[in-house]
Amino acid sequence: MLDTFPKLLMHHAGVRGERPAIREKDLGIWQTWTWHEFADEARFLACGLAEAGLTRGSHFALVGANRPRIYAAMAAAQCLGAIPVPLYQDAVAAEMAFPLRNAEVGYALAEDQEQVDKLLEVLPQCPALKHIYYDDPRGLRHYAQPELESYEALLARGRESYRRDPAFLESEIAKGNGTDTAALFFTSGTTGTPKGVVLTNTNLIERSRVVADWEHITDRDVVLAFMPPAWIGQNIFSYAQPLVAGYCICCPESAETVTTDMREIGPTYYFAPPRVFEALLTQVSVRMDDAATPKKWLYHYFMGVARRVGERIMEGKPVGFLARLQYALGDLFVYGPLRNVLGMGRIRIAYTGGEAIGPDLFVFYRSLGVNLKQLYGSTETSVFVCIQPNDKVKPDTVGPAVPGVELKFTRERELLIRSPGLFKEYYKNPQATLEAKDAEGWFHTGDAGYIDADGHLKIIDRAKDVGALTDGTLFAPKYLENKLKFFPYIKEAVCFGDRRDKVCAFINIDMEAVANWAEKRNLAYSGYVDLASHDAVSALVRECVEKVNADLAQEAEIANSQVHRFLILHKELDADDEELTRTRKVRRRFIGEKYAPLVAALYDGSHSVHIEAQVRYEDGRTGKISADLRIAEARSFPPAAARRAA
Amino acid sequence: MERSQPVGELLLSVEDVSLAFGGVKALNGVSFDVHSHEVRAIIGPNGAGKSSMLNVLNGVYHPQQGTIRFRGEEFRDMDSHHAAELGIARTFQNIALFKGMTVLDNVMTGRNLKMRCNFLEQALWIGRARREEIEHRRAVEQIIDFLEIQHVRKTPVGRLPYGLQKRVELARALAAEPVMLLLDEPMAGMNLEEKQDMCRFILDVNDHYGTTIVLIEHDMGVVMDISDRVVVLDYGRKIADGTPETVRNDQKVIDAYLGVAHA
Repeated sequence: MLDTFPKLLMHHAGVRGERPAIREKDLGIWQTWTWHEFADEARFLACGLAEAGLTRGSHFALVGANRPRIYAAMAAAQCLGAIPVPLYQDAVAAEMAFPLRNAEVGYALAEDQEQVDKLLEVLPQCPALKHIYYDDPRGLRHYAQPELESYEALLARGRESYRRDPAFLESEIAKGNGTDTAALFFTSGTTGTPKGVVLTNTNLIERSRVVADWEHITDRDVVLAFMPPAWIGQNIFSYAQPLVAGYCICCPESAETVTTDMREIGPTYYFAPPRVFEALLTQVSVRMDDAATPKKWLYHYFMGVARRVGERIMEGKPVGFLARLQYALGDLFVYGPLRNVLGMGRIRIAYTGGEAIGPDLFVFYRSLGVNLKQLYGSTETSVFVCIQPNDKVKPDTVGPAVPGVELKFTRERELLIRSPGLFKEYYKNPQATLEAKDAEGWFHTGDAGYIDADGHLKIIDRAKDVGALTDGTLFAPKYLENKLKFFPYIKEAVCFGDRRDKVCAFINIDMEAVANWAEKRNLAYSGYVDLASHDAVSALVRECVEKVNADLAQEAEIANSQVHRFLILHKELDADDEELTRTRKVRRRFIGEKYAPLVAALYDGSHSVHIEAQVRYEDGRTGKISADLRIAEARSFPPAAARRAA
Repeated sequence: MERSQPVGELLLSVEDVSLAFGGVKALNGVSFDVHSHEVRAIIGPNGAGKSSMLNVLNGVYHPQQGTIRFRGEEFRDMDSHHAAELGIARTFQNIALFKGMTVLDNVMTGRNLKMRCNFLEQALWIGRARREEIEHRRAVEQIIDFLEIQHVRKTPVGRLPYGLQKRVELARALAAEPVMLLLDEPMAGMNLEEKQDMCRFILDVNDHYGTTIVLIEHDMGVVMDISDRVVVLDYGRKIADGTPETVRNDQKVIDAYLGVAHA
């Protein structure tokens, strides 16, 4: 029975041994590992690790970007029944200490010097950590720590050991079964300390298989792996599902080359959080702004056509002949080339998830002919809970439940889930496990929502974030923020309004888009702080806010939650300052407390406020910046219903 | 920090070198030496003769007086082509890259001396040309990886910011696999962060490839941090020579940099 990942790996090595399993761009060329080579690498590595003393049930930390060797190490640990613990490679050293200590990690693989340095820094706090292997030896030659050893050396010893006794490993693999823990994922921790989510082989394999069948994913599909492998949203598409369906994953050369690499590979299956789509759209908008007039005209004309009929054509719905002709022309001149530039020319299925996506942003990609769909899930549910079906995509819902998943709601509208993918427990945290998973096996998501008339799930916000204004209007901050963030000039927004008389917001400008805009108007500025405090920029943002307000006026239930006052923050919200999570979600409560004087100024009617703040640089040093922030008023509109009545 | 290849035997010796342009004495009886695997700096105020010295070492200028020995062999009728064949590569103060060519192509030109195939073979992409190109491309890609410029591999050099162009120039010089690398003000015009990056790359090159490095700088701080020994020139004369520590405390050096009151 193929109930564990190592068994699946050996199976693929047998049935499609010469097909590509992983590609990596190295030295400017895409280098391929076949399934056969992938399996051998994992075998040898596993033998090396066994010799070094890695045992069944112990934890093996993986710290690095998407590299074939990171995934080989993941498989190798699982061969021995050990549990891989992928960690976020962009986390600072202090953030790594908790998971390493919590999971009593004894063995770790680090990608390069940067990661080794972080592990060595927290070594004194993690007495269990005795072996650190590194992939890229650059800069590490002078490190004399006894814990350190190169991946190469480990692999070489493993190869020897496997030659001597190949039966050992095969018997270790055979010992594994579906109920064994497959991996430990630490949640990014929007609230409090991170929790280790224990997922079994069955959890991950069953969910991956159901969705692969449902979406007809085959071994001919290609995925580009460019998000952190420690995030389940990456890991399931670049490790679990390829091992189930046998498709090939591609690792980009570096974080800066992802766009180029994506264009070269042309993935057919794609997953990215909304902010990636947002950044791509911003790039397109900025470049179209710079284009010559005829090109601009072409773009705007055909994007108009696409908005009207693009989605209906993709979903196979009836569309008039003339509109079809227009769309076909648009495809020839605009959509096709644009998809190509974005590297989305071959995409069959693209998902977005992790957080809500702005409807306009979502529709933009779909109207281009990219089959972008929303997906709902979390680490605790092995990702797949709801997916929009190909022929019925509604921008404001996340689709119906995937086969095997049951949904229900508490009276407070909190969503509960029961699914074969549901996690076993939070590692060493029975209290949290009990709170999240009740006796009947229902997982409390903390998300508020409802099922609409078509049976699609609609998520409004985090249950604890949904509040009300003093007049009783529903206040869903995330929903407002997403509306604001659709404008290319606005990178991040934080809305306040719960138990207050009106909604006010912090805005982060998008440096690239606003700088471009300023350049065209000959606005001089010296840097981020200066640009953000410019009068003209404030007016620009006000326009955006007012457009959102006009939009909100159309929606009766939330018409009163229009944004009345806002200020533009002097610095970018940053995960290093704990203002965002590592997956870049705003930590609204933390920000509200940290910038309490600013929030107070928004509500007390003042026109400007002085701020002095500490910033943390990437190398851990801190500095201070101070600025005078101006508070701007935005026009609000009477609710549509009221207008009609008048 | 100890190196993979410790500072070794005498590599280059310069004895009593003088260079004049008409009546202007650019260099006046300068002597110093460079050991293999060393990072050696030549510093001095503007017009001290630093660039002239580098041009002498690289065979561009011919000193009227004095001898230069490289690996025991005396420099006679030196020109820059011959210097390159001996294993001396350099970068330029005002960047001398092919602006319209990509980073990759620019770095490939650094392999020029290592290409054996002839013009016809290259033009028709036959015989040795094909094999050699693959071999050289691999070497070049390793350098691109080493200096972390993968993301601009296919970008025309003219479109890159200044700091990156400097790095590309270093890459091209490295592509020639030099024994000795001459860097003419590698940090000029850079901001602090770019300078720190450049320092790291210079030290990495020295450590990883064992390349001997002779660099010119007028930013004292940078030089003192990364050099093994420093020569100080002023008005074409050597006024000090030694470890950064001794040079820093030398009264003549302090005077040359800060000026002295002529009462």
